[in-house]
Amino acid sequence: MLGKLTWDSVPWDNGIVMGAVSFMAAVVIILALIVTRYGKWRYLWNEWFTTIDHKKIGIMYILVGFVMMLRGFSDAIMMRSQLAIAASAPGYLPPEHYDQVFTAHGVIMIFFVAMPLVIGLINIVVPQQIGARDVAFPFMNSLSFWLFVVGMALVNMSLAIGDFARTGWLAYPPLSGIANSPGVGVDYYIWSLQIAGIGTLMTGINFFVTIMKMRCPGMTLMRMPIFTWTALCTNILIIAAFPVLTVTLALLTLDRYLGFHFFTATAGGDQMMYVNLIWIWGHPEVYILILPAFGVFSEVVPTFSRKKLFGYTSMVYATGVITILSFSVWLHHFFTMGSGANVNAFFGIATMVIAIPTGVKIFNWLFTIYRGRLQISLPIMWTLAFLSTFTIGGMTGVLLSVPGADFLLHNSLFLIAHFHNVIIGGVVFGMFAGYSYWFPKSFGFMLDEKWGKRGFWLWVIGFYLAFMPLYALGFMGMTRRLNHYDIDTGWQPLLMVAMAGAVSIFLGIVCQIIQLYVSIRDRDLNRDLTGDPWNARTLEWSTSSPPALYNFPFTPVVDGIDAFWAEKQKNPVRPKETRPYVDIHMPRNTGAGFIMSAFALFFGFAMIWHIWWLACVGVLGILFTFIHRSFETDVDYYIPAAEIEATEKLRSYNV
Amino acid sequence: MKQSTVTSSGADHGTYASYIIGFVLSILLTIIPYYIVVYLDISTGFKTLSIVILAVAQLLVQLIFFLHLNTRSEKGWNFLSFVFTMLVVLILIGGSLWIMYHLRANMML
Repeated sequence: MLGKLTWDSVPWDNGIVMGAVSFMAAVVIILALIVTRYGKWRYLWNEWFTTIDHKKIGIMYILVGFVMMLRGFSDAIMMRSQLAIAASAPGYLPPEHYDQVFTAHGVIMIFFVAMPLVIGLINIVVPQQIGARDVAFPFMNSLSFWLFVVGMALVNMSLAIGDFARTGWLAYPPLSGIANSPGVGVDYYIWSLQIAGIGTLMTGINFFVTIMKMRCPGMTLMRMPIFTWTALCTNILIIAAFPVLTVTLALLTLDRYLGFHFFTATAGGDQMMYVNLIWIWGHPEVYILILPAFGVFSEVVPTFSRKKLFGYTSMVYATGVITILSFSVWLHHFFTMGSGANVNAFFGIATMVIAIPTGVKIFNWLFTIYRGRLQISLPIMWTLAFLSTFTIGGMTGVLLSVPGADFLLHNSLFLIAHFHNVIIGGVVFGMFAGYSYWFPKSFGFMLDEKWGKRGFWLWVIGFYLAFMPLYALGFMGMTRRLNHYDIDTGWQPLLMVAMAGAVSIFLGIVCQIIQLYVSIRDRDLNRDLTGDPWNARTLEWSTSSPPALYNFPFTPVVDGIDAFWAEKQKNPVRPKETRPYVDIHMPRNTGAGFIMSAFALFFGFAMIWHIWWLACVGVLGILFTFIHRSFETDVDYYIPAAEIEATEKLRSYNV
Repeated sequence: MKQSTVTSSGADHGTYASYIIGFVLSILLTIIPYYIVVYLDISTGFKTLSIVILAVAQLLVQLIFFLHLNTRSEKGWNFLSFVFTMLVVLILIGGSLWIMYHLRANMML
């Protein structure tokens, strides 16, 4: 009846896990009580759970991303503190728990922090930058988001019910095979990634079509803002790469559930093929994350330098070249597998070549800043921190791309330092820059600068303290995923420094939470009434903050790059609106995405625990809801012109 | 709310003649590999190679004559996305074959 699920599946005797679970449960219960107390369930359902407004979906993505960052960071600080004390001592985390912690840390930080922050930002910004009122497929957008939430929910459930994978974040066989991982950990991994991955793939298709088909009149491809360009390339990468992940995980599923031999050494299987396939997805994935961050910097730098971006065309071509090249370097993740010198040399050189378009971008940003009137504010501070930090990470990457050096440094902490250097220094700093840059656009008030700057300095200093020692430790021979070590290795002092760095980052996160609280508390003092608080250049700043449901009362028409800036140069005082308003056609909210995803949660949970009847219920529920939705005819409506006129009048008081 | 900038899709729907040509070419490209495999006395490697080449040729025939792929429809975007897909597939499949072949040789399997 309940498959493999029993009362003992819950780790009752593990104090750390039960503490975390009770804390999470307490937070959920308190939130539910607050919502009930103020009678907000209907509001939540009508305005958020069923919404298909790209701005609200984007905000929910980013909210989930930040919440999961807290979870992923708790894993990080547990690992750092374990290693700080585990010199010739067992520490406080036993190996089987420690292995789950580093696996969960990697999976959460990539799939449930970095991805939602990137996709959330794309959701909020792209339609506004291209002068559209929503995405091409608004219902599919809501479904994508809720499927992603299901993946996240499964990862969190693994904490309380059963356990998570102990295999490292990519679950290489034979360790992830049924013989060596008989528990449900790898199954949690497989199904959470499969369900969230399908959501991501649909997002990729959605935004690709949106950018190709829904740009406002006059906005040719070479007039698109760079953030939209990088979003386009990221979505192309998603469309091309995510099916590979889906298939690879499906093959692993067949191995684990039905006794197939794709990746076992017996019966002709080859575990190396898994490594090859997963990195065919895995390498483009890191560019899926970093390209939108590059896009953010390309918006922030010209805005705060008060100059147009240096080398727009070269920026576009550099993005395109990175997109193509990202498919030709995956072997550098397994130089040591044994494909031989010729293969390694090819992929090593291909990897080094990527440094060229990336270097072009770095110089473009520097030349934009050069002789600009740089206004120091949070978004540009994160950008400056990125420029220096990411360059270091890029150089250690080129070092690792030399196969000979990689044989020495493979699987060492040098590698760990390198990819945290580019992902934190690139993606995370980029998302923080984007967060502080577009926050006033989304909510109508500014983020508090004082607490933001405190958070910034603690983050940046913490980053250097936490990861520079890891480069040295890598050279000293410390490998990744170690649980404890001999005190004679002399690693402990540097690991103490890294621990101090993690504490500094923790304080930085605390400052950011205070920043959000203070900003909301003092929102009436920090209102953005103009809609353009940074004196920026692109279309999204031409509307009110936050924009109306329909974004633009009239579809904008543009005739160049930085259309809004050109408009402001021509008319320093915004001319009065004289055109008559017309009805606007908008899609109607729907709960179908939420309901389908709820069934997907049942399905995923049932597959993990082998509860076959519940899996059938899940699949039938998804199918039925989908068919029901496709027969619905009342999916759109018109906002009357009078209502638009009233909304726009209210806002023109302020401009 | 649709704001398409593409005014004409430019897709052609084929003629009676083009369907017949595609059909005949497909039949031919199926019969030839059958003949090679069943009746010709050549090495297995050469047989495999010729089947692969003729299969790719048939793929192109069906794309052009039945799915109307050309360089003009949707302002060339259909063709461009096809070329991109082919490039990625070639890199991924060719690269995987190359990697796994060398691996096999080095592991002396």
